[in-house]
Amino acid sequence: MDFERSEDQVALAEGVARLCAGRFPLESVRVAEGRPTVADGKGWAELGEAGVFALRVSDADGGLGLGLAEAAVVFEELGRALVPGPLVASSLAAGLVPGAADGSVMVGAVRRPAGPGPILIEDLGAVDVLIVVDDGAGELRLVERGAVTGAPLQRSLDPLTPMWRVEALPEGDLVGGEEDQTRWGRDGNVLTGALGVGLALATMEMTVAYARTREQFGRAIGSFQAVKHLCADMLVRAESARAAVEAAAVTVDQPGVGDPVRAAAGAALLGCEAAQANARSCIQVHGGMGFTWEVPAHLYLMRAQVLAGSLPSPADLAAVVADRY
Amino acid sequence: MDLRYSEAEEAFRSGLRAWLAGAVPSLPPKPPANDWPARRAYDTGWQGMLHQAGYAGIDWPVEGGGLGASPVEQLIYVEELERAHAPYVGVNFVGLLHAGPTIAVEGTAGQRARFLPPILRGEEVWCQGFSEPDAGSDLASLRCRAVRDGDDYVLSGSKIWTSHAEVADYCEILVRTGPEDSRHRGITWLMMPMDLPGIEIRPLRTMAGSTEFAELFLDGVRVPVGNRVGEENDGWRVTMVTLSFERGTAFVGELLQSMELLRSLRDVVVAVGGSGAPGLLGRIGHLGAELDAQWAVTRRNVSQAARTGVPGIGGSVFKLAFSELRQRLAQLGLEVCGRAGLVWDELAGGPWSAAEGGPGNGELVDTWVNGFSRTIAAGTSQIQRNIVAERILGLPKG
Ligand SMILES: Cc1cc2nc3c(=O)[nH]c(=O)nc-3n(C[C@H](O)[C@H](O)[C@H](O)COP(=O)(O)OP(=O)(O)OC[C@H]3O[C@@H](n4cnc5c(N)ncnc54)[C@H](O)[C@@H]3O)c2cc1C
Repeated sequence: MDFERSEDQVALAEGVARLCAGRFPLESVRVAEGRPTVADGKGWAELGEAGVFALRVSDADGGLGLGLAEAAVVFEELGRALVPGPLVASSLAAGLVPGAADGSVMVGAVRRPAGPGPILIEDLGAVDVLIVVDDGAGELRLVERGAVTGAPLQRSLDPLTPMWRVEALPEGDLVGGEEDQTRWGRDGNVLTGALGVGLALATMEMTVAYARTREQFGRAIGSFQAVKHLCADMLVRAESARAAVEAAAVTVDQPGVGDPVRAAAGAALLGCEAAQANARSCIQVHGGMGFTWEVPAHLYLMRAQVLAGSLPSPADLAAVVADRY
Repeated sequence: MDLRYSEAEEAFRSGLRAWLAGAVPSLPPKPPANDWPARRAYDTGWQGMLHQAGYAGIDWPVEGGGLGASPVEQLIYVEELERAHAPYVGVNFVGLLHAGPTIAVEGTAGQRARFLPPILRGEEVWCQGFSEPDAGSDLASLRCRAVRDGDDYVLSGSKIWTSHAEVADYCEILVRTGPEDSRHRGITWLMMPMDLPGIEIRPLRTMAGSTEFAELFLDGVRVPVGNRVGEENDGWRVTMVTLSFERGTAFVGELLQSMELLRSLRDVVVAVGGSGAPGLLGRIGHLGAELDAQWAVTRRNVSQAARTGVPGIGGSVFKLAFSELRQRLAQLGLEVCGRAGLVWDELAGGPWSAAEGGPGNGELVDTWVNGFSRTIAAGTSQIQRNIVAERILGLPKG
C-alpha cells in the first residue's frame, strides 16, 4: 500500500500544469467571457494531442493505457487552471465516440430530464456531438450537434461556461447500455470531483497569497486569526476532498480495495463542496476586491456551481453513500 | 497511488487476525467505566498477552525492544485490533505511545533497559505531566520548578489534566530548570516515580462524570538526576522527538469505530422510517463521505510516513477534520435515539437499543459527551488552525 503519487503521476501533473499555463493562461481565456461559445476546437485539439482525453484508452487503441487515478491527477490541474469546455464528457466519451480521444471531436453531455422543464446544455455552441445520458433507461445515446436546435441564453452564471437552451432532445443512436451508463455516472463523479479539488486548491492559493500581502491596521491581514482560520479550513477541505477523490479513482482502478460507487459519489460530493466553500472564503478574504469582476474569485465560484449542476443533487449523492455504507 | 497491500503485509494481517480470533474471546469481562484500578488491571493484562504473543511495541523502534514495524504494518495492526473489538492502549497510552518511544530514542542504555521492558510487558503505567493550570495551549510558559540539589532535582509546582494519574507508576514530566522567562530554552524532561513523597494527586471529574484525569501538586519532590532524559534545558526538543513517532495512526481505531457506528445508525433510521428518514439519511451519507475521506487522508499520511518518516501536513488535516466530524456524528446519534438520549442507562424498546442490535442509547450518550474533549485535548482546534495557517500555509504570526 502506497497512496502517495508515483514519480510518473507527479510528472504527469506537472506536465499538464505547464500545458495549461502556456496554452490557457487565465488572461487569454477571459477574453471570451460572456460569449455564446468559449471553448475552441484548436485548444481542444491541443488538449487531445497532449493525451488529456486518451489517458484511459488502451495502448492498442492508440491511447495511453492509464487509469482513472492518472485522469484524476490531470483533471485536478485542469480545474485549477479553470480550463473551459466539456472536459468530463469528452474524457468519458473517449473510446465510445470516434475522435473524442484525440480531441478532434468535442463531446458534450446532458442528462435526459425525467420531467418537463427547460433543457439547458453547457457549451452547446462548441461541441460537435452530444451524449444524452438516460439514467432512467440505463442508456447512453449519441446525438449529432446538427440534429439539435438550441439557442444560447443571454447571461450564463459562469461567464466561461455558456449555457444553451434546447426545446427537445432527439432520440439519438444507442452507443452504450446500462453498464456504460453506470460507468459514465461513476467515473464522471470522480472526474468532476477532481475538477472541484483543483478549483478549491486554486482559490486557497489565491487567498493565502493575498492574505500575506494585503495590509490593514499596519500588518498583513493574514496575521489576523479570523482570516487565518478561514485559510486553515480551506486547506483542510481541499486536502480532505483531494484524498477522497484520488482514493475513489484508485478504488475504480483496483478491484477489491473498496466500493467504487460509494467512493465516487462521496468524491463528487466533497470535491464540489470544497470548490464552493473555498470560493466563498476567497471572495470574503479579498474584501471589496473579491466582489469585483476583475478579481477572478467569482469565476471559480461560478465554475463550482456549474460542476455541481452537472451532477446528481447533493442529497442524491449522499443517499448513494448512505445506501451503500 | 496503490491501495493494495503487499503479500508480506497481507501475511502480517492474517497472522494477527488469527491470533486475535483466539485471544479476544478469552479476555475477562470489561470492568466498569469508572473503576480505574480494575481498568488498569484489564489494560495491562491485555498488554501482557500482546507481549507473550510477540505483538508488543510493534511501532516502537528496535533499540527500545520494539518490532520497528513499518507505518503500513502499524496501520494494519490498529485496523485489525479495531475489527476484532480488541482493547487498544487503554490507561497506558502515555507509556506506549509517548514516554516509551521517547526513552527508546533519547534515553541512555541504562534507562532503556530499566524502563522499557516493564511498559512492553504491561507491568508499569505512565502518565503525562505537561499541562499546568496557567500553561495549556501556551505550554512553553510552564512554571513547575525543578532545582538541582546534589543528585536530585527538587520539584515544586502543579500539573493539571493528568490523565490516569491515579493508576500511574511514572510520570513523564516537563519542568522549568532555566530562568522564569526562558520558555522553550529552559525546560527539562524527567521521569518521575508517582509514589515519591510530596506528590498529592487530586482527581478531577470530567463532564462525563469520570475521574479520568487529575491535578498534581508537587511539594519538594526529589527526582534523581539519573531520571533525566536528554540534557538539562533540552526538554522541549526531547518532547518534539515524540511527535516524530506519530505516523498518523493514533486515531485510526476511533475512525473505524465511527464508520461502524454510522452503519448501525443508518440501519436504525431505515428500520424506523417515517417522514424524518430521508433528511437523516442525507446527513448520514454526508458523514459517510467525510469519514471515507479521512480514511483516505489516513492512508495518505501513513504512506507519507513510510516514505519520509513523518506524516507531513496530513496529521493536522486529520486532527482538525476528524475531531469535529466525530462530534457531528455523535450529535446525529443522539437525535436518532430521541428521548432515550436523555439518560446514560442502556434502555430497551427501540431499534437503537443495544438489546435489539442497535448502537445503544447509553453508548451514544457516552460518545457524544466524550466527543467534546476531542477538539481540546492534544492541541485545541483553534491552536491546530493557527499551526496549519502559520506552518503549512506560511501566514505571518499574529
Ligand atoms: C480529556 C483530556 C485529557 C487530557 N490529558 C492530558 C494529559 O494527560 N497530560 C497533559 O499534560 N495534558 C492533558 N490535557 C490537557 C490539554 O492538552 C489542554 O487542555 C489543552 O492543551 C488546552 O489547554 P487549556 O485547557 O489550558 O486551555 P487554554 O489554553 O486556556 O484554552 C482555552 C481556549 O482558548 C483558546 N486559545 C488559547 N490560546 C489561543 C490562541 N493562541 N489562539 C486562539 N485560541 C486560543 C483555546 O482554543 C481554547 O478554546 C488533557 C485534556 C483533556 C480535555
